[in-house]
Amino acid sequence: MSHDILDICIAAALVIGGLFTLVGSIGLLKLQAPMARLHAPTKASTLGVGSILLASVLFAYASGAPSYHELLIIAFLFMTAPVSASFIGKVHIHLGQNRKPLPKPARDRIWATEAKREEDTPDVLEMKADA
Amino acid sequence: MIVTYALIFAFAAVSLSLLLTMVRLVKGPRSGDRILALDTLSINAVALIILVGIAGATQIYFEAAIIIAMLGFVSTVAVARFVLRGDIIE
Repeated sequence: MSHDILDICIAAALVIGGLFTLVGSIGLLKLQAPMARLHAPTKASTLGVGSILLASVLFAYASGAPSYHELLIIAFLFMTAPVSASFIGKVHIHLGQNRKPLPKPARDRIWATEAKREEDTPDVLEMKADA
Repeated sequence: MIVTYALIFAFAAVSLSLLLTMVRLVKGPRSGDRILALDTLSINAVALIILVGIAGATQIYFEAAIIIAMLGFVSTVAVARFVLRGDIIE
């Protein structure tokens, strides 16, 4: 009976792992912006691989020779995924892939006493040219 | 029995995701996407090797998986640093 429950747990971990890995890669292929593409594999794929490694631990336990060193790979992947994601984000910033042009400055009014002539206040550059 | 079907599904899903990642690796507009695709490729390779280990009911493939995981991280950081700074070890 407990063997059946263990089998169901192994199968569930395998299916969840496969699904999340697939979702991560589909996101990597389908998303539009480079920074958005960074999200999919770093989170979904890491979770999927962790789930598959958990299935391997459970399978080794079910087949009578328990071994836990897959947990080592899980810990390593979960520690290194944010670091590599941060590096890739820095590369995106460095290459300027998500840079927008600066906004235009507001119109300069110069002095508060000239506020009544608001409509025909000349631009700053024109006033300097006049002076 | 249920484990066999789940194993076949997981093999198909991981192989398909390797293919999709390869498409992004070839297509990727600039180098940031290519580095990300290589990183994902190595993580998916770890998953595939572990699946082969489950299918064969052996523990032999564990070392290969951990070596690929470590080399994938180190190479990702190295390529990212090379693009960022023009040098790996300053």
